[in-house]
Amino acid sequence: MSQAKEADLHVWRGDGNGGGLVRYAVPLRDSQTVLDAVTWIQRRLEPGLSFRFACRVGMCGTCAMTVNGKPRWTCRTRLKDVVENGRVVIAPLENLPVIKDLACDFSSFFGKWGKAGGRFAATATRLDAVAAIRPDSRRRRLADAGIECINCGVCYSACDVVRWNPAYLGPAALNRSWTLVNDERDGGREKRLRAVAGAGGCHNCHSHQGCATLCPNELNPTLSIAGLKRATALAVLKGEM
Amino acid sequence: MIKPHRNHPLWLAFLLHRLSGVCLALYLPVHFLVLGLAIDETARLGGVLRWSETLPVEMAVMGLVFLLAVHLFGGLRLLVLEFLDWHDRQKSVAAAAVALSFAAAAAFFLQVI
Ligand code: SF4
Ligand code: SF4
Ligand code: FES
Repeated sequence: MSQAKEADLHVWRGDGNGGGLVRYAVPLRDSQTVLDAVTWIQRRLEPGLSFRFACRVGMCGTCAMTVNGKPRWTCRTRLKDVVENGRVVIAPLENLPVIKDLACDFSSFFGKWGKAGGRFAATATRLDAVAAIRPDSRRRRLADAGIECINCGVCYSACDVVRWNPAYLGPAALNRSWTLVNDERDGGREKRLRAVAGAGGCHNCHSHQGCATLCPNELNPTLSIAGLKRATALAVLKGEM
Repeated sequence: MIKPHRNHPLWLAFLLHRLSGVCLALYLPVHFLVLGLAIDETARLGGVLRWSETLPVEMAVMGLVFLLAVHLFGGLRLLVLEFLDWHDRQKSVAAAAVALSFAAAAAFFLQVI
């Protein structure tokens, strides 16, 4: 491992009342992630630095931060890939209130999952037989396409409509809603479609696909939201809502 | 400067659609004003029409045709995206909409000079 070079990490420090970038020199290592570098700062230079992480392998969705202006999973971003002229800027996610340093408050983000009808409405009990759903059925495939979301907030942070309209439910919550609309076992379709068709719902989306471009899981919330736009429009035409 | 999270072609397509819409909305009152001249001020209308045949104005009109075309094709692109089955060639469709708009504006210009 070469320790010959260092990178300047400009890390946002502060809280809900404001803050600014603080420079830390971090030795560059092979295969080192941005999360490794932030952890190094906390262990060696600044024990008070706050940030979140858990799995370190792109599964838990807690380590997202804004790296050089783009939201990313820091555990899956190699530091060397983002160093520009010896420098990287690391800030908290956007569109979420900052608690401290790099840790954001996700209450509004998850609150919107509830508002978008993100809760599964069971139509059977555990005593009933397991529902038989063909893996190749259209609805199963549509649900499959969006189901791997790990709630990291990257798409939400990248979405300009969330920035411009804080009531907008956002790509992740609407994507979740679309997976449930396609779940044949779910009984909450009408209520859910009403929830996503209202103010702040799917029709606010401008389809600029920042969410789909930046989702580290390569999900496509724009596709899901387009599905909701069609489903709600059809439901209105059929007089179902 | 474009913020890094916006630095992708489909965000630029959104921006172009929005700006062309705003410019067309600003232009529309002028358009109707000139049409209005045809009703009761034909002499002034003649003056405006002669002025509109000068090269700089022709070029500005070409710009307007481009705005109109890019807003139209961009709108169609969004309708296809949102109401037909998803396809993965979104960037190509956006690029085609811009290319078609340039072609429409160029055809208009070549025909008028
Ligand atoms: S859709 Fe992608 S970017 Fe958005 S929360 Fe889920 S995993 Fe993260
Ligand atoms: S496509 Fe819709 S949800 Fe995705 S970033 Fe754009 S406005 Fe937000
Ligand atoms: S730490 Fe779990 S996804 Fe990065």
